[in-house]
Amino acid sequence: MNNPNSNSRISRRSFLGRAAGFTFILATGVVVPNIGDKNNDQKKGKELSIWVHLAPDGRVRIYNPSAEMGQGSMTACAVLIAEEMNVDWKDVIIESSPVDPENYGLQWGGQLGGPMMTVGSRTVRGYFNALREAGARANYVLRYSASRIWGVPTGRVSTEMSKAIHSDSGKTITFGELSGKIALPTNLDNIKVPLKDNEDFTLIGKDIPRYDIPGKVTGEAQYAMDIFLPEMLYGVMQRAPVNKGRPVLNNKEEVLKGHGVVDVLVMDYGVGVVADSTETALKAKARLDISWSDAESSDYDSILAYQEYERLAKSDQKGRSISSKGNVLRAFETATEAMVCEYKNDFAYHAQMEPLNAVISVSPDGKRAEAWVGSQSPDNARRTIANVLGIDFYDVNYHVCYLGGGFGRRSMSDYVEEATILANHIRKPLKFIWTREDDVGYGAFRPISLQRMEAAIGGNGNIMGWKHIIAGTGGGLLASGAEISYYDIPTQLIEVRSIDHGVRTKHWRSVGHGPNKFAIESFLDEIAYAQKEDPYLLRRKLMHKSPRELAVLDKVAEMADWGNNSSNGRAKGIAFAERSGALTAAVGEISLDSSTGRIKVHRFWVVMDAGLVVQPNNAIAQLEGGINFGLSNVLHESITFKSGQVQQSNFHDYRLLRISEAPESIECFIMPSAEEPAGVGEASTPIVGGAIANAFLKLTGKPLRHMPFTAEKVKEVLDQSM
Amino acid sequence: MRTTFILNGRHIEVDADADSKLLWLLRDQLKLTGTKYSCGLAQCGACTVHLDGNPVRSCVVPVSSLKDKEVLTIEGLSNGELHPVQKAWIEEQVPQCGYCQSGQIMQAAALLEVNKNPSREEICSHMDGVLCRCGAYTRIVTAIQTASKIMEDE
Repeated sequence: MNNPNSNSRISRRSFLGRAAGFTFILATGVVVPNIGDKNNDQKKGKELSIWVHLAPDGRVRIYNPSAEMGQGSMTACAVLIAEEMNVDWKDVIIESSPVDPENYGLQWGGQLGGPMMTVGSRTVRGYFNALREAGARANYVLRYSASRIWGVPTGRVSTEMSKAIHSDSGKTITFGELSGKIALPTNLDNIKVPLKDNEDFTLIGKDIPRYDIPGKVTGEAQYAMDIFLPEMLYGVMQRAPVNKGRPVLNNKEEVLKGHGVVDVLVMDYGVGVVADSTETALKAKARLDISWSDAESSDYDSILAYQEYERLAKSDQKGRSISSKGNVLRAFETATEAMVCEYKNDFAYHAQMEPLNAVISVSPDGKRAEAWVGSQSPDNARRTIANVLGIDFYDVNYHVCYLGGGFGRRSMSDYVEEATILANHIRKPLKFIWTREDDVGYGAFRPISLQRMEAAIGGNGNIMGWKHIIAGTGGGLLASGAEISYYDIPTQLIEVRSIDHGVRTKHWRSVGHGPNKFAIESFLDEIAYAQKEDPYLLRRKLMHKSPRELAVLDKVAEMADWGNNSSNGRAKGIAFAERSGALTAAVGEISLDSSTGRIKVHRFWVVMDAGLVVQPNNAIAQLEGGINFGLSNVLHESITFKSGQVQQSNFHDYRLLRISEAPESIECFIMPSAEEPAGVGEASTPIVGGAIANAFLKLTGKPLRHMPFTAEKVKEVLDQSM
Repeated sequence: MRTTFILNGRHIEVDADADSKLLWLLRDQLKLTGTKYSCGLAQCGACTVHLDGNPVRSCVVPVSSLKDKEVLTIEGLSNGELHPVQKAWIEEQVPQCGYCQSGQIMQAAALLEVNKNPSREEICSHMDGVLCRCGAYTRIVTAIQTASKIMEDE
């Protein structure tokens, strides 16, 4: 991905009315020479706005503000602009926008200028209105320019497939021909430009092939890991086995003598090594003899900690309230029956396929830097580099790279900070990489939690009271997805109680939704099972005031032929989740090898209502991927701590789902909708735990209450007498 | 040590430590970055290349074992025109983050060399060593079936 203006200080004064999303670059000043950019030649043509560049040959460059990590938003964002501009899609080139949050940040409180973050499935919803508006304004300028050439009113000029057309005479001029003759209306910011009606869309909702895919099948797509600079050195780091442990290096001189070793730097919580190749750096790292201090989490054991979380969940201690509705105590006092179940989930690791890394070059005087990074928070990464060096944000020439997966991990800038410290130390171009072992061992994990669920059942069999206490280690990360506003339960108490154990936690695809939806959806099925009620019908009853949710649930039941039970030792489980505004229901079908405890997942049916969907086929890819990602987590993934140390190190002991374990089919349906777009990238992941546990309950009469459902744990459940 | 082998159809001579791994030779020395580092333990398959036609994990192949062998990387797979597997990958819109995809494609291309029309089970069994964290497995299976059809037609 090229980064057209990354080496330019874009003067704030050169932008007019950024909220309107349409401004002109008047001046640029080169900050540092561009070391690695192949396309550094000055582009011919005209910047129509901060979002669009028009070349004389008719190519339209559209600047993408989001991080492309596989979710496809670089294409979706460009589609929004191209749609309103009436560009022929084959003329479109997509490049990264500069990392400049004031101009390119997410819509925050109704206008652009929020952070540049690709998190929480926000991109399409966060840019939807602004980018359509930007496209419509660019289109207006093109029509205005054509009208000046022809001496006709702008209102008589229309556009279609990269051409302006004079409606009365039928004269046409291509956008490329217009590029040298752009005329600007003086009051552009005040001109109201109409947006298309949904029926007139030619790109939105029409499945444009993803722009990034061709380069990803030839191996040409560049990740930060693939950047090479002249005279580049290679850096690695040995980090503390216990978070925040401090190092004493016992053999610096000896390591420095190693062939190809350039430098060794003792840092706050680790030791950095710089060498002339990746392998040399890794060999030197293996030779480091370091004594580590203890730290806060030195005695943390994540398996034993469940006892502590359970005590906390049962206690009277007040936590952070997520939802409080009606008199729950009274509901439990008057209940004819009460049910209590506890659900657990281990820590989970992001396991993005590209280990963390960054390429950073600090100038000899330390006053400028150039960086290549794949980050979900590029403005934070750029600021981190500037802060470490004590220089201005714009003195960091920042190149956006593809991300080999993010899933929340790349919204932290810890790896960028480390890389900058080491690059500043040597003042030469540095590629800084984490090994897979570093990535696992010094991960920042989805929190561990224990969820205590209680339901008060009334005489009519209805759920009258709902208590959900989330106890774990992860602070605010534990909370998301615990609310159940679409289930009509008259009294509710939902609360988070967190204990800080000094271990690192972080957002992980769908954040708290994974554990919370697992607990909520499994508990509902356990209630239905105890009440001898169909779990789909129980949800239908609870959703009677939420028609949109109910329609999604009904559709998935229809697709999965819910009324007909599976045969051949299979069973189906249903679950529902809302995430980032998307409403999603799924049915999973499983069978079981009871001798080994191995669950086989055969099929999934998924229905999503995410409002207007810009790229439906890509949205389906996200639903499919999200199911497989969720299955991986639900069946296998577990990070455990002993004495504060992560017990897993690589993919042999942190297992991910393999292709033979993926369902034979994942059938998806997107509800037609003209509502505002919702977030798609995380929608299906949090449903999987409930769907699998519920299918298992149906199949065996036994609940699965601790994720992941490894064969070993399933076997234990099967061997327990009821 | 100096050693000679055939890389993407061309004889080359390299100078590297005998225990140096093919992955790093390709990436750091030869700048063929389509082959990816991800686990370094032959657990994920992101670094898959062909060695004398067989798919191998280049992160564990020592340079000392390469003498006179043929190595094919993603850069050498397409021959002027995209390989049928690459075409199918575009048609089915397989990649998401894309980082594992060179490995997936090299592994899939090796399958179709020996089995022109693999069943779903054969595909899964052959592809099981290559991880895709984005979960594009569903489309990988479909795309290999599509590639098989493209090869039949070509």
